[in-house]
Amino acid sequence: MNRLLAAVPVIGLLGLAAMLGVGLTQDPQKLPSTLIGQTVPPFDLPPIAPDIPALAHTAFQGQVSLLNVFGSWCTSCLVEHPVLLSLARRGAVPIYGLDWKDEPGAGAAWLARHGNPYTAVGDDASGRVALDLGVTGAPETYVIDAAGIIRHKQIGPITDTVWRETLEPLVTRLRANSS
Amino acid sequence: MTTRAIRAAGLLPWLLPALLTPRLWAVTPEELLSDPALEHRAREISQELRCVVCQNQTIDDSDAPLARDLRLLVRERLAAGDSDREVIDYVVERYGNFVLLKPPLQTNTLLLWVGPLACLAIGIAGYGVYLRTRRREEVAPLTLAEEARLAEILDLDRARVQPAPAREISQQTGADTRKTDP
Repeated sequence: MNRLLAAVPVIGLLGLAAMLGVGLTQDPQKLPSTLIGQTVPPFDLPPIAPDIPALAHTAFQGQVSLLNVFGSWCTSCLVEHPVLLSLARRGAVPIYGLDWKDEPGAGAAWLARHGNPYTAVGDDASGRVALDLGVTGAPETYVIDAAGIIRHKQIGPITDTVWRETLEPLVTRLRANSS
Repeated sequence: MTTRAIRAAGLLPWLLPALLTPRLWAVTPEELLSDPALEHRAREISQELRCVVCQNQTIDDSDAPLARDLRLLVRERLAAGDSDREVIDYVVERYGNFVLLKPPLQTNTLLLWVGPLACLAIGIAGYGVYLRTRRREEVAPLTLAEEARLAEILDLDRARVQPAPAREISQQTGADTRKTDP
């Protein structure tokens, strides 16, 4: 009995260590999105340039698509940009852009320089729409199903691996569900 | 050691202004609401909300652009007539309970709230058990046979140390003999 009691603190300590150990492996910057399973909040943003279509929440109806939060100031957006361009070139999935907190014209200039993978881009200069989406940083990408419901949030750049292992299977599954 | 202490004390007048200056906030003048009552509520709310970029700061403290956006949002909602609760719920709806620096009591935060109290209770209980078992050992009465043996040893002892000249010495040697006595 006494020996059993003596083991209690040791077991407790090991349990705590295990719990904290698991906590260490998790990235606190990756917040679970509260908007998963909810429809895209309504918004209607102006275009970033006359020749690039503007973006409103109505765009997300009728097809599986991605909503990508970017900015000309965002360095890791450059990392995923070639991946997005290649997806757009292949017609893998429509990608919509949210130009987050950019100076007027800066987003358009950035797209002119690096290429434009977006079907349409909304100019969220004030960051208000990003707040409604629960954006915590750029780049962030939402996978939205044909009913306009947010199904997944990718925090950080989309690499080839992320696309192949996470996003592509999800897009395929969502397409199968909606048809 | 002392010279170091004196030198440290000499620094105090220089540090004093820093200690006396009121805490500085990240809030910039153009963000402030003109209505002082609303502004006061905005500040109170801002101090309860966590900045999701610099995660250990409140949005009131943080210089991150996103924190600024959230401060403006809080003020916008207040100006639109929301209650404090409604403003906080609005932000939580978008960013989750994580933004609350004081998380609500619910099943998945139960451990967080009850954990420290539980640890304290376990500690007190453990100490109680320890005290009780220790006392029990102390007051355990001797059996008759043990009493008899004890008396025998004491008698033997007394007889042996009696010839010693001083009482203090007798006690010391008594202790010694008891140890060596088979």
